[in-house]
Amino acid sequence: MIIIGAGPAGMTAAVYAARKRIDTLLLSKELGGQPLTTTGIENYMGYQYIEGPELMQKFEEQVAQFPLEQRMGQGVVALSRLDAGFEVRADQGESYQGKAVIIATGKRPRPLNVPGEEGLRGRGVTYCAICDGPLFASMKVAVIGGGNSALEAADDMVKIAEHVYLVSLTPLTGDQILTDRVRDASNLSLFLEHEVVEIDGSSRVEAIKIRDLKTGEVKRLEVGGIFVEIGLIPNSELVNGLAHLNSIGEIEVNCANETNIPGLFAAGDVTNVPEKQIVVAAGEGAKAALRAHRYLQRL
Amino acid sequence: MSTKEVKVYSTPGCPWCRRAKRFLEDNGITYQDFNVAEDSAAREEMINKCYQLAVPTICIDGEVIVGFNEAVLKEKLGL
Repeated sequence: MIIIGAGPAGMTAAVYAARKRIDTLLLSKELGGQPLTTTGIENYMGYQYIEGPELMQKFEEQVAQFPLEQRMGQGVVALSRLDAGFEVRADQGESYQGKAVIIATGKRPRPLNVPGEEGLRGRGVTYCAICDGPLFASMKVAVIGGGNSALEAADDMVKIAEHVYLVSLTPLTGDQILTDRVRDASNLSLFLEHEVVEIDGSSRVEAIKIRDLKTGEVKRLEVGGIFVEIGLIPNSELVNGLAHLNSIGEIEVNCANETNIPGLFAAGDVTNVPEKQIVVAAGEGAKAALRAHRYLQRL
Repeated sequence: MSTKEVKVYSTPGCPWCRRAKRFLEDNGITYQDFNVAEDSAAREEMINKCYQLAVPTICIDGEVIVGFNEAVLKEKLGL
């Protein structure tokens, strides 16, 4: 069996698969998944408080206790059906075959899809405020989004940047406590119901253009950094055309983690399971591996 | 043993920076670590020489790699 993705769902599935003595390959671009960029976790049972990277380190150590093959640093580019099972192709040309596959590829930050964004990625455009925030000390920056991630990024940046522009398509939708804190900051300007139209800059970000949705007026704000915090999209391209996806691109699974393709299972944030939580993803990974075990036994 | 000059520009909160450094350590690679959250001279160097505003930025003999990509690091370091 092949498990694609090594976040909480994939790593838990790997442990369950190994304990059922399924010949398992865990294939992933990176170990850890989204919790790597989460700071404090207070709702993963067994730990009253733990940092995301530390929890994933513990997951990783637990996986390593079991005899299963791991290939990290390999992104999967294609998945196809064979007569008996599946073939998975990785981005460095390798291919692997399995009788069953569990997709646990999670989600990634949603891009703005505006001119200038792609070329200035890593040159002022960032999707990881916790990583890159300190680089923008004493600069003017824009934070894009109105939910909790955007508010957290804005709250962090008002402490280090000269000025923060918070640009949101909608009114702020995050927790009240964060909203209040951000609204009170003296070096923050709010642009609600504004959309980003373009990012300007040659070798690095120089400005952002935003449009007022009500009046249509376009403003140009000079900034050195842009933090994009507008939600996540599922990494489900791999099964596009193979498994059913819902309207937001999540893989549709039933309550036993089965997709519409026999032998193809999915777990965690990439699926339509409600609530994207580490504890939920881990549980879903366990369920997927157990159901896959039952499927393999019946072959 | 690699004799290449390896510089890592990182921030304390960045998980991929930690991974990258752990990867280098596990493979016995000696590197210089610059905390660009505090070291403004290193930050300027990263921005002006490498044209990067993202961490980790890793320079191997002057060649710039952005982000933690195990396969690319292995190739550049000849591991």
